[in-house]
Amino acid sequence: MTTPVLDVRGLAYAYPDGHQALYGVNLHVHRGERVALLGPNGAGKTTLVLHLNGILLAGAGSVAVSGMPVEKDNLLEVRRRVGVVFQDPDDQLFMPSVRQDVEFGPANLGLRGAELDARVTRALDQVGMLDFIDRPPHHLSFGQRRRVAVATVLAMEPEILVLDEPSSNLDPASRRELADILRSLDVTVLMVTHDLPYALELCPRSVVLSDGVVVADGSTRDILTDEALMKAHRLELPFGFDPRSVPST
Amino acid sequence: MGAGHGHGLHYHGHSVVHRLPAHVKLVAILTFVIVVVATPNRWVWAFAGYAVLVLAAAGATRVPVGYFVKRMVVEVPFVVFALLMPFVARGPRVEVGPFSVSEHGLVGAFGLLAKATIGVVAALTLATTTEPRDLVAGLERLRLPRQLVEIMGFMVRYLEVVTDDLRRMKVARESRGFTARTVSAWPVLASSAGALFIKSYERGERVHLAMLSRGYQGRMPVTRQLHATAADWRLASLLPVTAALVLAAGVLL
Repeated sequence: MTTPVLDVRGLAYAYPDGHQALYGVNLHVHRGERVALLGPNGAGKTTLVLHLNGILLAGAGSVAVSGMPVEKDNLLEVRRRVGVVFQDPDDQLFMPSVRQDVEFGPANLGLRGAELDARVTRALDQVGMLDFIDRPPHHLSFGQRRRVAVATVLAMEPEILVLDEPSSNLDPASRRELADILRSLDVTVLMVTHDLPYALELCPRSVVLSDGVVVADGSTRDILTDEALMKAHRLELPFGFDPRSVPST
Repeated sequence: MGAGHGHGLHYHGHSVVHRLPAHVKLVAILTFVIVVVATPNRWVWAFAGYAVLVLAAAGATRVPVGYFVKRMVVEVPFVVFALLMPFVARGPRVEVGPFSVSEHGLVGAFGLLAKATIGVVAALTLATTTEPRDLVAGLERLRLPRQLVEIMGFMVRYLEVVTDDLRRMKVARESRGFTARTVSAWPVLASSAGALFIKSYERGERVHLAMLSRGYQGRMPVTRQLHATAADWRLASLLPVTAALVLAAGVLL
């Protein structure tokens, strides 16, 4: 077995106020996989995500990215390898223009000049936003801003893309466009979502996090059709949606 | 999320003035305004000269006159003050029509009005032709302290986001029958302001997280610098240098 891109072992974490969010999480993601991280509100999904790039450091247990442990000394490299796209693109896009925003990550890695330009162009092209390179982010539509947010992370050429609620607040067309983009990328994806049909569409594998532990890890279709499991962890399919009726891709 | 095109003052265009680098324009306009302000109030002919200069600069922007005039409303308080000055100032009085007004006040009022008007037109020449983010980049180029420039940059970026938050809160208040007509509404407005502050503070924290996630280490990376050619400087210096010559003529003659 090759080294997993993401190797989380026995990860536990309590916030400084004493609230414990994670109780021993185990998670492996291998190269090229697209995995959905499901779970009710308050399950600890965001806390887990913040451990993956070292914003939070493990209270107990360990996190490793392609074999490199997430520790204080190698945070910059970890953050290059793990690209996190946050839920609100207005939080992610803080520079005055799209170009500067996409440059921010690779520039922090020390890139300059033609190499930097090439990264920016490529990342924006991957999400179909190259035409908007000199626009200020606040003049873009919400769906466009989300795509630029994805590009800001792609420009760092991460080994794994972590998306927090990628489909939230998108209209159906933008939601589908984003799905097409994600499918076209040659990158490992971990996607935190409440949008179960989206998980089924994009991710062959799902992991269910509930009350700070992983309670299920398997094929998305199996998990979504396991009624007892779904009910026990406050997961519900949208009205009228039956995963069994969706042709397998 | 409203993605409105609230450009504010900037008027999209491709005139000579639009194309000048922001820091060149900043220096030119600032120097010009300093020269204008340094001119004694009684030198009416000098102000006429400045007016011609600034109107020529404003004309070169090719921004419609109406666009300028509407945005000159910011000058109204100065105008009101200037109109009052001849009546409230002391000293020898002169007759102007049916009124007896202070001579000092009259001169002061003229100086204030002339300086304010020329200053506002000059500032608008800069603001209508320069995007806010270019202004920030220009200030950075002029070596304004990095922290100040970054704060300004974030302000430019998030002004609309915060304004949107404010608008949504207003709509939510009014949807529940609230109207701010009397003093008794103030506590509600104050708590709205508090909520907006907390919201913005929390957004600041999230933005910081997003920055850290992309390798931020306490310094904004500098990826490119604004460059101005000698021709840019020559062109932009026409305004302040000519004004300075006018002033120098006044001093020498």
